[in-house]
Amino acid sequence: MSTILPTSTDCHRRGDIKETFARCRAEGRIALVAYLTVGYPTLAATPELVEALVEGGCDLVELGVPFSDPLADGATIQRASQRALANGGNLALTLEVAASLRQKVEVPLLLMGYCNPFYRYGLTRLAASAAEAGVQGLIVPDLPPEEADDLLAALAPYGIDNIAMAAPTSGPARIETICRRASGFVYCVALTGVTGARQALAPDLGPFLARVRRQTQLPLAVGFGLSRPEQIAAVAQLADGAVVGSAIIDLIDSLPAGERAAGLRRYAASLRAATYRPVIASP
Amino acid sequence: MLLGTEARTTGPDARGHFGRFGGRFVPETLLPALAELEKAYEVARADAGFADELARLNRDYVGRPTALYPAARLSERAGGAAIYLKREDLAHTGAHKINNALGQGLLAKRLGKRRVIAETGAGQHGVAAATVCAMLRLECVVYMGEEDIQRQALNVFRMKLLGAEVRPVRTGGRTLKDAINEAIRDWVTNVRDTHYMIGSVVGPHPYPTIVRDFQSVIGREARRQMLEASGRLPDYIVACVGGGSNAMGIFHPFLADAGVGLVGVEAGGRGPALGEHAATLCRGSEGVLHGALSYLLQDDDGQVCPTHSISAGLDYPGVGPEHSLLRETGRAQYVAVDDGEALAAFRLLCECEGIIPALESAHAVAYATRLASTLDADKSVLVCLSGRGDKDMQTVAAALAVSL
Repeated sequence: MSTILPTSTDCHRRGDIKETFARCRAEGRIALVAYLTVGYPTLAATPELVEALVEGGCDLVELGVPFSDPLADGATIQRASQRALANGGNLALTLEVAASLRQKVEVPLLLMGYCNPFYRYGLTRLAASAAEAGVQGLIVPDLPPEEADDLLAALAPYGIDNIAMAAPTSGPARIETICRRASGFVYCVALTGVTGARQALAPDLGPFLARVRRQTQLPLAVGFGLSRPEQIAAVAQLADGAVVGSAIIDLIDSLPAGERAAGLRRYAASLRAATYRPVIASP
Repeated sequence: MLLGTEARTTGPDARGHFGRFGGRFVPETLLPALAELEKAYEVARADAGFADELARLNRDYVGRPTALYPAARLSERAGGAAIYLKREDLAHTGAHKINNALGQGLLAKRLGKRRVIAETGAGQHGVAAATVCAMLRLECVVYMGEEDIQRQALNVFRMKLLGAEVRPVRTGGRTLKDAINEAIRDWVTNVRDTHYMIGSVVGPHPYPTIVRDFQSVIGREARRQMLEASGRLPDYIVACVGGGSNAMGIFHPFLADAGVGLVGVEAGGRGPALGEHAATLCRGSEGVLHGALSYLLQDDDGQVCPTHSISAGLDYPGVGPEHSLLRETGRAQYVAVDDGEALAAFRLLCECEGIIPALESAHAVAYATRLASTLDADKSVLVCLSGRGDKDMQTVAAALAVSL
């Protein structure tokens, strides 16, 4: 077993988002967030692969709810979503997977999905089911703060966070609006575009994160386009967390079924090693 | 006349909602661009210079006003009310889509955006977008499902001749819905220098309002023409509804005329089973697709369903949010006409009036003919003949088992 497993002795509540970021900060690093579409590559394989990611050192997990029209996603997650749907994946099964993972891993579990399956399920029912499954947060990329009243009201009694998203195109007034309603952490979209691994970080990422930082005390997690340890190391100098998604799915695709868990564990460990903030020597 | 001044009787409200429908359900990256577009449109609406330029191009380039034609022989065949056709098929490029493309093209120039993206199903909006971009010297990229590229090869060639790049979409069902997804993904990526010229009264606010206002020229002209031709307003207006832009355009200036019945005709396809039709308002339920809360064809898990229609332009699982409100308030009613009935109406109009309608418009003709037959001779039915049928020759030939 890896020697860089997170120590969770001081984490009493399973999967508390705030405590997780605080613990990472205390360890001198950023939080590593992993995304996987539930039902990909198969419904049976998802929980085992998530466990491997956590064993490798991921601090939070986003469980992707498959959707027919994922318009914020690039080719990789689109394909994963289609496969998951073909495998019979849906929101109810995603909640079941979350509940079973809750028994096995201590990291915060987040549902990442588009509005329509959530609306169809019913927001009040969703909040109750998510709480019962031990889910700590929701990320809904097509639900800007203007439309989020109903979801926030449904989640509030359960203390589940609706993770707000900020984008490089968001001006100061919008960033203020987004941060005012945010809880848990703020998901900062690293680029103008859809999800999918990219070669480099956007040059305006630093100034963008600084604009968000001015408006909130919450941790900032950067996502979209990240795949390599160098990118995680760069984010470690700018933010409090880094999200990796498409690269995980690409890796699963590249490996035979029997080697996927070990491959994800190694990959997560390589990213985890890059999460440490550089130690600046005193002058 | 300034744009859209006759009525904002059904909204939207300040946040872009028509009742509880509409809104802005899109990634945060696009929100600033939507706010910018909304502001630019409000300024343009109030600018007499913009309205004058649009009116001049509508007249000199599009060929407006389009004719209102009393279809005497069709009326005779129906054996009841008098049927009038609003001839959008005579507009430049052969369909009503040019009304919106022209308005949005002028808006893109005001926004300083040199690149335009559009989606298309039947290819009519793609052709209109390519046409306007050629005339206004804007770069144009059109997303089109691979399935539609095959059934609308002629329109693909037209777009390319007009200088547009046609990008095939291979995801999902490879039709209009998937083309919109891909256009939105392009817009998320290139939002700073790109205008998304959406082709129907769908999408996030302010698109349903902008497209409605540009298409309302149909209803404004028809209202005046009906009064001139018959001395009164029609008893019914019938228009086909895919996303619903020609219907919204002809309905809107009549919304306050309580005596005028409004009927939207959806694609009944091959039958009432989910996946066999595109009758969103007749057989769908509330949901969020392409940035708005509206009616939607979806399964119990909230997955958007495949659709079918003989007409590519109606083959869409969503519908404009204002139509959802009109359905809910009862101001308009929505019905479905199946493939066979549309095809029969297509042939009927060819034979008795010498007009080859688009298969989309044939759905409206089918219902209007049926409706007229139940009404007295002193009643009138106004049909929006939204486009011409040249693009549909291959589809019709195949349906009639004729090889070309």
